[in-house]
Amino acid sequence: MDSDHLSAESFIFKNLNPAIYIVVAFLLVYPLFASNYFIFQIAAYSLILGTIALSLMMLAGYGGMVSLAQLSAAGLAGYLMAILGQNSSDVMGLGWPWWLAVIVAILSAALFSTLVGAIAVRTEGIYTIMITLAIAVAFFYFARQNYVLFNGFTGYAGILPPTLFGINWRDPIPFYYLSLFVASGFFGAVLYSSRSTFGLSLQAIRDNPRRMRALGYNTSMHRIAAFFFSGVIAGTAGVLLVWFNTRISPGSIGVDVVIDILVIAVVGGMRHPIGPFLGALAFVLLQNFAIDLIDRERFNTVIGTVFLLVVLFSPDGILGIWQALIRKLKLARQGNHSQSRQSVTGSSDATSTDSTQA
Amino acid sequence: MRRFVEHHTVWAIAILLASVMFLWMVFAVWPEWLVSAIGRKKTFVGTFLNGVTLGGLYFLVASGFTLVFGLMRNVNLAHGSMYLLGGYIGYEVAEASGSWFLALVVAFVAVALVGILLQVLVFRRMEGDDLRQTLVTIGISIVAADLMLAFWGGNTYQFQPPDWLYGTIQLPIVSVIKSDGSAVFIKYPLYRFTVLGVAVAVGIALWLFLNRTKIGMMIRAGVNDRDMLAASGVNVQLIFALVFAIGAGLAGFAGVIGGSALSISPGEDIRYLLASLVVVIVGGLGSISGAAIGALIIGLAEQFGLAYFPTYGVVLTFLIMVVVLAVRPQGIMGGR
Repeated sequence: MDSDHLSAESFIFKNLNPAIYIVVAFLLVYPLFASNYFIFQIAAYSLILGTIALSLMMLAGYGGMVSLAQLSAAGLAGYLMAILGQNSSDVMGLGWPWWLAVIVAILSAALFSTLVGAIAVRTEGIYTIMITLAIAVAFFYFARQNYVLFNGFTGYAGILPPTLFGINWRDPIPFYYLSLFVASGFFGAVLYSSRSTFGLSLQAIRDNPRRMRALGYNTSMHRIAAFFFSGVIAGTAGVLLVWFNTRISPGSIGVDVVIDILVIAVVGGMRHPIGPFLGALAFVLLQNFAIDLIDRERFNTVIGTVFLLVVLFSPDGILGIWQALIRKLKLARQGNHSQSRQSVTGSSDATSTDSTQA
Repeated sequence: MRRFVEHHTVWAIAILLASVMFLWMVFAVWPEWLVSAIGRKKTFVGTFLNGVTLGGLYFLVASGFTLVFGLMRNVNLAHGSMYLLGGYIGYEVAEASGSWFLALVVAFVAVALVGILLQVLVFRRMEGDDLRQTLVTIGISIVAADLMLAFWGGNTYQFQPPDWLYGTIQLPIVSVIKSDGSAVFIKYPLYRFTVLGVAVAVGIALWLFLNRTKIGMMIRAGVNDRDMLAASGVNVQLIFALVFAIGAGLAGFAGVIGGSALSISPGEDIRYLLASLVVVIVGGLGSISGAAIGALIIGLAEQFGLAYFPTYGVVLTFLIMVVVLAVRPQGIMGGR
């Protein structure tokens, strides 16, 4: 593992696998041949859910902190869009310009996530999951009880993205590209920062907080900063999600949805930022097409069983299965000239081992 | 108690004064200014009793949760599902047999068996891997909630405890004096007191079991050093299964008790899971006395929040949790 491979630039630009070009090209031309249903309900929705799960993956994978309050941050951003911007529910709706509402919503989500982080880093490991779950549930009950700010049980409806440059951004194709832009931007940012000084120190803190503290690192501040960044990701995705649904209610931030995000991240795999997106795609496909196979009412049983099977038998999720397959293929044609690439995968494995262990 | 007084004399005096003040408030007739400040005495005393009895119910649920964690480091997020399952099973038994007490027993035993099965079939396979165990319990709770919804539907079920447990009793607390000089006494449902009594009894029983029996001694030893306990020839797996059975059984038992005080319906599992989480975070994970203190605080906070500022009630509970975490991250009674 030479230091050259650890620096951020070399990782991003030099070692691109041809498969990546194919995926990028596919994502870009996807709307040309897919139906509106597949562009909007499947692809865009997967990208949004994937982005929220990405914010969880970043905390859990690199920071070792499984936070269940990420959806609450996203939900707060969504609620703020309704409260500050416009909605059709005749409650609140301060009518701020959309760009200001978006900025405030995202920053508030980030602030919320930072506060959650500040509380959660007071303790370690398994406590984080308990505290963040308690916060998420408390936020759900609060939004349901409070009629002044959150319009209680009904929530808000009619929250629409702006029409900009003559384009209605809720049309399937523009919305798809918007989601793709946001998702890939954050994907790249997380990938890049995982190799930055900050990302590496975060991973080091995950692996051995005591040693990092002894080396003079402020471990709490690193963790809280990670919560801030993940709050930005979750908040942005939350804005997209509320535009996607055009409505938000306590049901959108309920415990089942909170756990869905966890399921997506775990099923996808928490060792690489691509995991959450794979998980989200699998989740959305299951959600949309499992009803053809079984009763719609029992969707939770299906997704819960899938989740259980993944946790029990493949802790690294789809990504783990994929990597195991690759490894087998590599073993089969060992001795090829792909030395340099192997050293890269080797180093990425080394930095992300034990990523799911808190 | 005595050590506390010696070490924190000022605090002890403050607590004593506060409790004297409180008793005076409860037993004397309220002056006008107090009525305008915190409402009529009937409301206040009723809210207080609601809070204490709800705290009793929360203790029943959370004690099992904290017991399991203390020994096995297993955060069982399916604990709420066990509460709900206990409630449903108890309801079926009570309907079939007509005996509420039988329902209590069967709910305890059935959910305890479920707990043993989980411990033997699932958790034993991933010992020491906290996060994976927790994720598994989340998965179980998703599937369990959905299957229970499929089986029992979205209806609300209400128990019928024996008649002599129902009805109200008159408390020796005067709420107002009528103009003709006769006093109006505050009434309170008897069943609520029963819940509190059961909680206290379970708490004492748990304390005796942990502190006065040989198995309890082994459990306490296991909490301190699991490997050493195993090395000294104790079958740890048996102890684990037993503790998990008691913890799960208590949740099922609480399902019937709580289902009779309130009701049983889908979504209750999340409510009691949240209650258990907050109670043990506040009280200290792994400590039975911490669970009792935490349950009392959270029960009171919830009821006073509901009565005095309805739309922000949850925030009070949440604030308590944040303050405790800020001042004492390991919880009030938690040691680390």
